[in-house]
Amino acid sequence: MRQLIARRLLQTIPLLFFVSIACFALVKMAPGDPVLSFVTPNMHAEDIERIRHNLGLDKPAYVQYWLWLKELFQGNLGYSLVNHQPVMDQILDRLPATAGLMGSAILLAVLLAIPLGLTAGANRDRWPDKLVNLFSYIGISVPLFWLAILLIYLFAIHLHWLPSMGMRSIGVNSAMDVLKHGILPCVVLAFGFLSVYVRYIRSSTIGQLKEEYVQIQYAFGSTKKTIVFRHVMKHVLLPVITLLGMSMADLVAGAIVTETVFSWPGIGSLGMTAVKGMDYPVIMGITLFSALFLILGNLLADILYGLADPRIKGAR
Amino acid sequence: MTDRLLTVDNLQVSFHTRDGENKAVRGVSFHIDKGETIGIVGESGSGKSVTAKAIMALIPPPGEIIGGDIRFDGESIRKLSEKQWRSIRGNRIAMVFQDPMTSLNPVKKIGDQMTEIIRRHRHLGQAEALKEAIEMLRQVGIPEPERRVRQYPHEFSGGMRQRVMIAMALSCQPELLIADEPTTALDVTIQAQILDLLQELKAKTSASIALITHDLGVVAQVCSRVIVMYGGMIMEEGTVEDIFYRPKHPYTQGLLRSLPERKAGSRERLVPIEGTPPDLLDPPPGCPFQERCPHAMPKCAQLPPHFKVGEGHRSMCWLNDDEAKGGAGNGGQ
Amino acid sequence: MNRTKWLNVGRELLARKMGIVSVAILAIFVLGAIFAFLSPYDPNALNVLERLQSPNASHWFGTDDYGRDYFTRALYGGRVSLLVGFSAMILATTIGVLVGVVSGYFGGWIDNLLMRLLEIILSIPSFLVMLLLSVFLKPGLGSIVLIIGLLMWMNMARIIRAETLSIREREFVLYAKASGQNNWGIIVRHVLPSLVPVIIVGATNNVASAIMMESSLSFLGFGVQAPNATWGSMLNSAQGFIAQAPYMAIFPGGFILLTVLSFNILGDILRVGFEPKLNKR
Repeated sequence: MRQLIARRLLQTIPLLFFVSIACFALVKMAPGDPVLSFVTPNMHAEDIERIRHNLGLDKPAYVQYWLWLKELFQGNLGYSLVNHQPVMDQILDRLPATAGLMGSAILLAVLLAIPLGLTAGANRDRWPDKLVNLFSYIGISVPLFWLAILLIYLFAIHLHWLPSMGMRSIGVNSAMDVLKHGILPCVVLAFGFLSVYVRYIRSSTIGQLKEEYVQIQYAFGSTKKTIVFRHVMKHVLLPVITLLGMSMADLVAGAIVTETVFSWPGIGSLGMTAVKGMDYPVIMGITLFSALFLILGNLLADILYGLADPRIKGAR
Repeated sequence: MTDRLLTVDNLQVSFHTRDGENKAVRGVSFHIDKGETIGIVGESGSGKSVTAKAIMALIPPPGEIIGGDIRFDGESIRKLSEKQWRSIRGNRIAMVFQDPMTSLNPVKKIGDQMTEIIRRHRHLGQAEALKEAIEMLRQVGIPEPERRVRQYPHEFSGGMRQRVMIAMALSCQPELLIADEPTTALDVTIQAQILDLLQELKAKTSASIALITHDLGVVAQVCSRVIVMYGGMIMEEGTVEDIFYRPKHPYTQGLLRSLPERKAGSRERLVPIEGTPPDLLDPPPGCPFQERCPHAMPKCAQLPPHFKVGEGHRSMCWLNDDEAKGGAGNGGQ
Repeated sequence: MNRTKWLNVGRELLARKMGIVSVAILAIFVLGAIFAFLSPYDPNALNVLERLQSPNASHWFGTDDYGRDYFTRALYGGRVSLLVGFSAMILATTIGVLVGVVSGYFGGWIDNLLMRLLEIILSIPSFLVMLLLSVFLKPGLGSIVLIIGLLMWMNMARIIRAETLSIREREFVLYAKASGQNNWGIIVRHVLPSLVPVIIVGATNNVASAIMMESSLSFLGFGVQAPNATWGSMLNSAQGFIAQAPYMAIFPGGFILLTVLSFNILGDILRVGFEPKLNKR
């Protein structure tokens, strides 16, 4: 097990290196001259060249990458071209909002998916299964932004139950208020994942129920309910850890869309603003940040899986 | 008859498949007395495992018990509700299965799997149940049971897992233990150990044992009475001595000839029974064994009754009918 | 691919009500997209007098904020959405199959290299990259197809690679090798035909994801540019009028849902149809 973790960690290092090159290259490929954002009308050509030199933009690409990487290790992701604020600060500023949204959405999705998936799988082809199946088909096919618009129309505009945008009401600073603002974005973001998890749990429940050890449980006087919740559940939940790791990329995409629709002040909406304003340092910072999130998320999922599965844990 | 534990009366089980009705068990009657060990022997497809599952009402769909009665301790258990059944299964009737590698939940500790059953049927607390589980593991010869209860199935060898299964089955002191090919998946030395264990437990507990196997050699070691099944019917029933030394049915005789000779120095060749078991989707009328029987005769197209050929010894073959035998003799002259 | 397999798929499709419904829905959308020009309205003609009319007899889906006939725009929008979806699927499937087959068939360092590359690409959230690229590239249908297609082939490549690995060991491939056929000949004659079911199932799911991607990009304002409409960009403008004209949101969104849903259901049915053992109860 320890070796497994060590090996996974070692695999991650070159991956991080290449990903950083890719992020750097992606933004370097961008059209336009970043120096221009510092230029004011009464600057001389020498001034512009000086800025270019100060920013290191006159050096070859690999030197620029090296300098960027060095800064990166000191926690410096550069400065926004629009408001000239440090990119790192902006991201960290927005992090709690995004982390809260993602965390609660995943939690909601997993907590709902487990009973739904198990029930559907245990009642294969009967009405609970058909209902859950229909629901999850719609879940994987519905555009999240459309769902968001519909929910806003229903709960914010029509019923006036919940706010439609932002994270706080102006002048109000209470947890309750944030919670109320968070309900709709959280539900929307959770919806897509919920369906993926439900489908997965359902089909692996069906598979497990065919296993010999399940049949044998009946011979010891177990009910289907005990079998499903005591024996099958643990089996089915283990792979969900891996599934969580794999859904990180979709989580990022979902967060960008959801935060934009609901004007949720997180990293996703920061990214959207940056992309629209061609604010390259911010884009680069966010891309790198989310890549890191993806890689570490997968790494963590692998390690957790290894710790949770006795068959892997025991192996040396 | 106070010592009858289980009576199976004209049991019929069918599987409704896409191709038609597969008559897996076609009118099987036998009984098991208290404290006795019987062997149910037959090739695969003879209906022996289906019979065992029927006793526990564990026939999976599309299978169904379509006729007959099963009485356990004097009461019919065929029409019990699922709830009543749950208090019998694992408690009064327990079962050990063929493949110990797949019969335990791989992600739960042995101790947890055992205490779950002990707590369910004996209404003990967790601590007491665990103590009981450890004691059971010790009884089936698992060393260091205190440590082993905290381990997962993959940390046990096949033979050890089968011991765990036996411990699990015996943990609620069942009156009847059904062992369905308990040694088939194990290698020969482990097989012998498990059989020794069964014999030892038989001496210690009062449980009756029904040992289901395709291996007459296994039966000889453990059982006192034997039922030979073929094509969903009982071909012959008798004591171990009857079956081994005075087999009356040609099928039993064939099985005995196919048995590897265990005596040292013997180089006798095995004589397998020619042919394949009958198709139970559309079984031929008459004796199911007629197509493979060396003594087949026209009368075999009619289903023979069970002929009593000795005390507690019956055989379903026209050869055992004095009249039929006489007729065959006349024809030969 | 033998004939019984196709028969199986056909039977599976007909046996499921959902399958028939999905095919019907898709057929209606495709026909609507093709024959959109039959509509008496110009999808881009402004008519301020008829602004924001609710659905009525002359404007079945009402009109939008510029007074354009919403039904006609939805038809033309469907044309773009379906076109982008299919084109991006073809691009993604081509790349995915190529990478997967090469990786799985040749193995060794090529496989290693391609799989590492795949890993790197999968580590950067593709949606973010799509947004970025759509800013860099000249807006237009071609760019969108390119962006979506270039970032959607990875799953296909993985599936095809795994499948190729197992096909590579089958007798007919080994025999072809032993009889001296060259590698590309074997790939074209033996490996690719065996991959057809997997490719079809994957492609069906890819159309669904491509349409979803295009809608998301267009909704966020990157994608197809005004005045041309796609279902996603129609939703973008609908967002601002949600209180006065909720129907503006319901129609295009509902169409995206129905289209993607149909492709997803179809994909699942095809998968079961191609692998009858999955169907066993």
